[in-house]
Amino acid sequence: MSLFASIEGLFYLAALIAVIASLKVVTGKNTVHALLYLVISLLAVAVCFYLMGAPFAAGLEVIVYAGAILVLFVFAVMMFGLGVDETMHAPQSKGLSLWFGPMLLAALLLIELVFVIDNSELKLQLSNKMVDAKQVGILLYGPYLLAVEIASFLLLAGLVAGYHYAKPEHQGRRL
Amino acid sequence: MKPEILWHLLEITIIIALLIPIAATLVWVERRMIGIWQDRHGPNRVGPFGILQSLADLLKILGKEDWIPPFSDRLVFTIAPVIGAVCVLMSFAVIPFTPDIGVSNLNIGLLFFLAMASLSVYSVVLAGWASNSKYAMLGGMRAAAQTVSYEVFMGLSVMGVVLLTGTFNLREIVLAQTDGWLIQSQFIGFFVFLIAGIAESHRLPFDLPEAETELTAGFHTEYSGLKFALFFLGEYLSVTLISAMSVVLFFGGWLMPAPLDTWLPPLVWFILKILFFVFFFILLRTSLPRPRFDQLLAFGWKIMLPVALVNLLLTAALRLGGIL
Repeated sequence: MSLFASIEGLFYLAALIAVIASLKVVTGKNTVHALLYLVISLLAVAVCFYLMGAPFAAGLEVIVYAGAILVLFVFAVMMFGLGVDETMHAPQSKGLSLWFGPMLLAALLLIELVFVIDNSELKLQLSNKMVDAKQVGILLYGPYLLAVEIASFLLLAGLVAGYHYAKPEHQGRRL
Repeated sequence: MKPEILWHLLEITIIIALLIPIAATLVWVERRMIGIWQDRHGPNRVGPFGILQSLADLLKILGKEDWIPPFSDRLVFTIAPVIGAVCVLMSFAVIPFTPDIGVSNLNIGLLFFLAMASLSVYSVVLAGWASNSKYAMLGGMRAAAQTVSYEVFMGLSVMGVVLLTGTFNLREIVLAQTDGWLIQSQFIGFFVFLIAGIAESHRLPFDLPEAETELTAGFHTEYSGLKFALFFLGEYLSVTLISAMSVVLFFGGWLMPAPLDTWLPPLVWFILKILFFVFFFILLRTSLPRPRFDQLLAFGWKIMLPVALVNLLLTAALRLGGIL
């Protein structure tokens, strides 16, 4: 029982870190610092996944989101030189009225999340079940094959569009 | 429960306490070997054969002024070298050294290694950005582009191993090679993994993020003292890590074929195999020229990626056909 309690404690700690880091992402003034907080938030979410018995999802969360996509974000920020200067001249939000809509939606999500986590039957299910890589693969290529195919079509379309936009208009001599 | 945790902590401490001097000694080994291959002596003054050269260098580097440039982003500048060293050291947690030694028997060990490898790029990129100087920035951008593209087929190249052994657990991968090392069927995967590993650890010929001849010192141009030492340590640790991973994934870890396995204990075999790859890394540095940056990326996407994909496809087809 004490082990269960400690795992739950770790889960809430990781979740708290994720929430605080996410808050720092949207309130910070420095773009790169905000991105770093986003990395921390994603790592904390990966820890949450791991503690909930989904090590494969946790690994992919770190490799794909924290390790690849956010590196590209940082790369773009470096490339365009969006440092402190840029964020100082950015338009500031005027008052709380603009925040009201998003905050309402986020609060609804929070209520739903708390309800889900607090549901004791589900809690038992979350902490006892271990989903390993093989099961994820069987599910993805079994009942969810259509979703995988649709996602791959979407990515292929993105790839083709990216290739089209990146193609130089006038084919010059190669360097 | 309690003694078990204490034993684990002791194990972690011993492994870290051994790895860091090993990385420091590697610096000396590299300088001596390059010296021999280039027909000169190399550092041979401090201690027998100059083996204490690294210690002398360490003492010197500790005595240097630890300067943070006033134009830099102080916080990020300070944490960047720590991220690199920590990520590489964390990866050693999943390496199975012998049947009994090894910090964690994680069931996603291979994924953990890939995750740590992809996180360690932040060290270089952030160092380049936080230095706020043009050379460092160029080095950081090169590092980001290089690592993101080489990571893709590093992951793909080891999927053949996962396909044949059916697990992400590194200990089980080693045990699955009892009847024969995976290099027999996965030699294409091994070469792709090795090249990606060299690119990940920023070693010559893929050291473009710190190419001295064009970028002064690349991403660590502004670093000095202990922080520079951390980058150096991270580089040599990652050379050891890539060698250890090559051995674990493709060369049977601590295992040896029948007559040889009783000659030496498993740990010694494992270390000997790792040393072989470390020397290979050093020999590469002395013998190959550095490519241009666009050549590096084109090589990655146009040659290595298709090769890794074909290897995966062939492995899967042979596995389905029951041949492998």
